[in-house]
Amino acid sequence: MNSRPVGQPDNMSIESSADGPRDTRRTLVVVPGEDLGSSEGIEAGHGVLVVGDRVISTKQGRMSRKGNTISVSPLHTRYMPRPGDLVIGHIEGCTNNIWFVDIGAPFNSILPMSLGPAKVEFGGTRKILDIGDSILCRVQEVEETHQSVVTMKGMGLRKIRSGALDELDPHLLGKLIGKGGAFLREMKMQTDCRIVVADNGRLWIDGELENILEVRKKINSISSEARMIGVDA
Amino acid sequence: MGGYGDVQMIDENGLRMDGRKPGDVRPITIETGVIPVADGSCRMTWGTNEAIVAVYGPMEAHPRKIQRQDRAVIDVAYNMAPFSTTDRIRPGFNRRSREISKVTKDALESVVLLELYPRSKIRVSIEIVSAEAGTRCVGLTAASVALADAGIPMTDMVVSVASGKINDVVVCDLNKEEDNYGEADLPMGVLPNTGELVFLQMDGDLSPAEFKQAWDYNVDAAMEVHKLMVEALKGGDN
Repeated sequence: MNSRPVGQPDNMSIESSADGPRDTRRTLVVVPGEDLGSSEGIEAGHGVLVVGDRVISTKQGRMSRKGNTISVSPLHTRYMPRPGDLVIGHIEGCTNNIWFVDIGAPFNSILPMSLGPAKVEFGGTRKILDIGDSILCRVQEVEETHQSVVTMKGMGLRKIRSGALDELDPHLLGKLIGKGGAFLREMKMQTDCRIVVADNGRLWIDGELENILEVRKKINSISSEARMIGVDA
Repeated sequence: MGGYGDVQMIDENGLRMDGRKPGDVRPITIETGVIPVADGSCRMTWGTNEAIVAVYGPMEAHPRKIQRQDRAVIDVAYNMAPFSTTDRIRPGFNRRSREISKVTKDALESVVLLELYPRSKIRVSIEIVSAEAGTRCVGLTAASVALADAGIPMTDMVVSVASGKINDVVVCDLNKEEDNYGEADLPMGVLPNTGELVFLQMDGDLSPAEFKQAWDYNVDAAMEVHKLMVEALKGGDN
C-alpha cells in the first residue's frame, strides 16, 4: 500500500553524522531501536543488535565503546544470575527433595536437598526451610535456559533469622558499595550494623532497630536519587 | 461511527471543532518512572486521554501451563477505570478490554526480544484514567515507553496513532465527537525506525485514496510522537 520507508529521515539523532552518534565523546543515553551506526568492523556487545549493516540499541541505557565492541548498559534492569553470585532468596515452594527459591531473576532457582543447609530426610524439606523463609545462598550453575541451581554449602551461607531485608536495583549496587567498598565500610562503621550486600540487589541488615532504620533511609535515598535519569551506577 | 452524518465537525476553513488542522495531533506529555515499585512505568497524556502503564518482569510465569520453553510471554491487561468516562464503566474485564489487551500484546510481541527470557513472563498493566478517544493508541504507545523504562530488550518502540474520516475529510487523531459521529477510524501501530507495521484495525469505510491519506497522517504523526518518547526516555540528557 505504502512503499515509503517510514522513519528513514528521523533515524539519526541531531548531532549524528551518517556514521551514527557513536563518535561523540560523552556517553550517550540511547533508547531501543536507536541507530548506532554502521556495523562494519564492529562487534556487538550487551544490549545491541546488528540488523543488516547497522548496529541498533535494544535497551534504554548508556552506550559505551571499548575497542571495537559497542554495548549499552541499561539504566534499569532485572537481575540475571551468574555462577558464583551471592544472592538472598525467598523460599517459594518445595517438593520432597527440592526447594524453589525466588532470587529476583526472570526464573526461579532450585535448591536441591543435597545442597541444603542441613541433612534432610526425603520428604522433610519443610522442617528445615519453609515457604516464606529467606536464605543467603550462592548461585552454583546457570543453564542455557536460565534455570539456575543455588547452594547453601559454603562459608556464611545460612537461613536468615534476624535483622531486616531491603532491596535496591542491581545496577545501583556499585553506588552503595563505593570504590573498593569504601562507602559500605563507612556505613557499617557509622551505624554499627552488619550489612550483607547480595548480587541480586537484596540486602541483609542486622543490628539495633534504630540503626537498621538509619541504613534503610540511606539506601532509599540512593534509590530515589537514581530514579532521576542520568545517575550512573 | 454513529451515523450522524449531518453533524458538522469541520468548518469551511478546514479547521476542526477543537481548532486543529486535519493533520494535527492533540498535545502529548510523557513521563517515566511514575510507579516506584514497578520495574518500568509511564504516564502519558494525549489530549484529555490519560494512561498509566506499569511493567513488571521478566519474572517466573505462573501458572506453569502458560510458560513457553523457547521464549517469554507477555501478559497485557488493559483496563479503563470506572471514572474514566462520563458514563460509569462497570469495573473488570469486558469484551472490549480483552480485545484491546490482545491486539496490544500482539503488537508488543513483534518488538520485544522474547527469546532472551525463555519460560518467563512480562506483565504489562495499562490503566486508562481518563478517556476521550483513541485510548488503545495511548495505551500501546505508553506500554512501549514503560517497557523501555524497565530495561526490556526491544528492537524498536511501537508508536500507535489513529486517523479517521469526518464529513468526508480524512483527519488525524480523532477526538471524542469525531470518533462518535465520524465515518471511519483507522488505528495503526508503526515501528518508527524500520517502518514496519505491527498493528492495524479499521472501523467504517475508507476509499483507497482516503486510506492512503489516513495511513500517511498516521505515519507522520507517529514520527512526531516518537520524538517525544525518545525525549522522555532520555530525560533531556542528550
